[in-house]
Amino acid sequence: MTQLQLPSYLDQPPAVKDRFTRLKQRPVILKVDALGKQFDTPQGPTTALQDIHFQTHRREFLCVIGPSGCGKSTLIRILAGLETYSSGQVLLDGQAVNGPGSDRGMVFQGYTLFPWLTVKKNVMFGLERAGKGRTAAEEVAREWINLVGLEKFEDSYPHQLSGGMKQRVAIARALATQPRILLMDEPFGALDAQTRARMQAYLLEIWKNIDITIVFITHDLDEAIYLADRILVLKAHPGEVQELIEVPVPQPRTVEQFLSPEFLATKKRLETLIHPNRDTHENVGEQLHMVRMVPLDDSVSSIF
Amino acid sequence: MTRTHWFAVRKELPHRSRLWLGVMSFLLPLAIWSLVSYVPFVWHPKMEIIDPGDVSYFRPGMLVDRKVFAKESAALQNTGGALPQGKRANPIYLPAPHAVAKAFFTAFTTPPKRRNEPWLHESLWQSIQVIFWGFFLSSLIGVPLGILAGTYDVFSRLFEPFIEFFRYLPAPAFGALAVAILGIHDAPKIAIIFIGTFFQQVLVISNTTRQLDPALLEAAMTLGAKRFSLLFKVVIPGVIQQLYRDQRILLGWAWTYLIVAELIGSSSGITWFITQQARYKNFDNVYAAIMMIGIIGITTDLLLARLGRRIFPWQRQPAQV
Repeated sequence: MTQLQLPSYLDQPPAVKDRFTRLKQRPVILKVDALGKQFDTPQGPTTALQDIHFQTHRREFLCVIGPSGCGKSTLIRILAGLETYSSGQVLLDGQAVNGPGSDRGMVFQGYTLFPWLTVKKNVMFGLERAGKGRTAAEEVAREWINLVGLEKFEDSYPHQLSGGMKQRVAIARALATQPRILLMDEPFGALDAQTRARMQAYLLEIWKNIDITIVFITHDLDEAIYLADRILVLKAHPGEVQELIEVPVPQPRTVEQFLSPEFLATKKRLETLIHPNRDTHENVGEQLHMVRMVPLDDSVSSIF
Repeated sequence: MTRTHWFAVRKELPHRSRLWLGVMSFLLPLAIWSLVSYVPFVWHPKMEIIDPGDVSYFRPGMLVDRKVFAKESAALQNTGGALPQGKRANPIYLPAPHAVAKAFFTAFTTPPKRRNEPWLHESLWQSIQVIFWGFFLSSLIGVPLGILAGTYDVFSRLFEPFIEFFRYLPAPAFGALAVAILGIHDAPKIAIIFIGTFFQQVLVISNTTRQLDPALLEAAMTLGAKRFSLLFKVVIPGVIQQLYRDQRILLGWAWTYLIVAELIGSSSGITWFITQQARYKNFDNVYAAIMMIGIIGITTDLLLARLGRRIFPWQRQPAQV
């Protein structure tokens, strides 16, 4: 097989390069500085995160990716204020993050819609907590439900919706309170491939039109490249920043770009970072201690 | 395979089969009861005397052991007297289904023996009131306490160890104490039902409250919910449907304390009726009264289940029992 000649993922087309220069001039929304997190386990203290540095600019889309155990979920939970950290600091608009709050919206993998509330009331939840009156909250909620295309379902209960619809409600609910930043913890991980692709397109569409900065956790390389301006690659044990990749694929993104040289080059780089010694075909066979269990004279003696 | 096999593991049977089996679950015990009652050679350990013959102490209608009957018959055969006549019968404490069915109506239509004694419907109404107040007072304190203990660790640590200990103390053991403190009327009975229900209730409710998916709480917090709105807007609505189910089960437990409670102080309610009828050996009335408790219990439960489906439209599956 001939090796496909790919450019380096560091080679950015001029338009992309120019865009990153401008992006980095935008105000910083989230700044994470020397962040560390230790756990106490029965086996002694473990370091989940160590010396994490990064920052996101206004209306940037940042993906966080890494092997399992790299602490990417812990990181986003710290950003949301749902978990404490041991050292360093997290600044949102220059203010230290202290506990959860509606300035940081969050979308979880498990939907977490309130099953006892209708779609509309779910979206109204945050607005009412923010002290909006019932009618005002209802009006805003309606707008957001329209925006995610679920106006026909505003009086449905979550269990009547499909996974993709639930996640759209969750996104609308998180955005309705107009947070500064949207944190998404593998939000599409439980969806089937088609729904997931549609949701990615929805999300990009929303992101384009709204003043929102997104931090998005995923373990899907394609998803990360397709969505992100920049990708924060973590490594495991302890969780540390391995590289902050500027995705060289031009914006706006389309599905056709999945096969563009920039896309493939970035993917190749991510592969080497995340699966450095990937199992090759030969050693998988060895690991499994495979023996032939089909007789040689069988009518289908070989699958080839 | 187009239909579910009868013994498929954890597979739901078709609707008709389920209905049929439900009816059967009542018909089977009834069939066994009828078999023992109406087929003369099944059990029937007694003889009902029809004609005493020459046995001096036999009277018509009297029930004697078959052995005694055979012995007396054999003795008379030797001396040549007139043989007694009888038919096989069940002991008086096992009336036949039709007798109990009849008692369902006659028990209500028969006036009490003495004028100051209550009719059956009055006794039943008194029992229902005792249950209601016992359960109501218990819930009034137990449910909020359970929710608090299930939500805040501080309440859980503060209350649950003592409650855990107290629930092992049998409620009837407090009978004499309750009478000494509260007198002989309904108050000590209500207290027994309260003691029997309350401690279990707090633990059951707090456990159910703890089942709430913590992710919902986290989601609520990222939406700006704080302290009290977490409790009132997330915890309580999040578990209320399961709490309602718990309350139905706990109400069933409260009923099981009724008989003991009503024996305390002056006997009252349906228990008074049962003991009174047992004293007169009206066992058909006794069975009828016991069954009335069961019927009232299951009817309230079915009504509450139906009501629950109305109040909680968001539930995923039809209410489980």
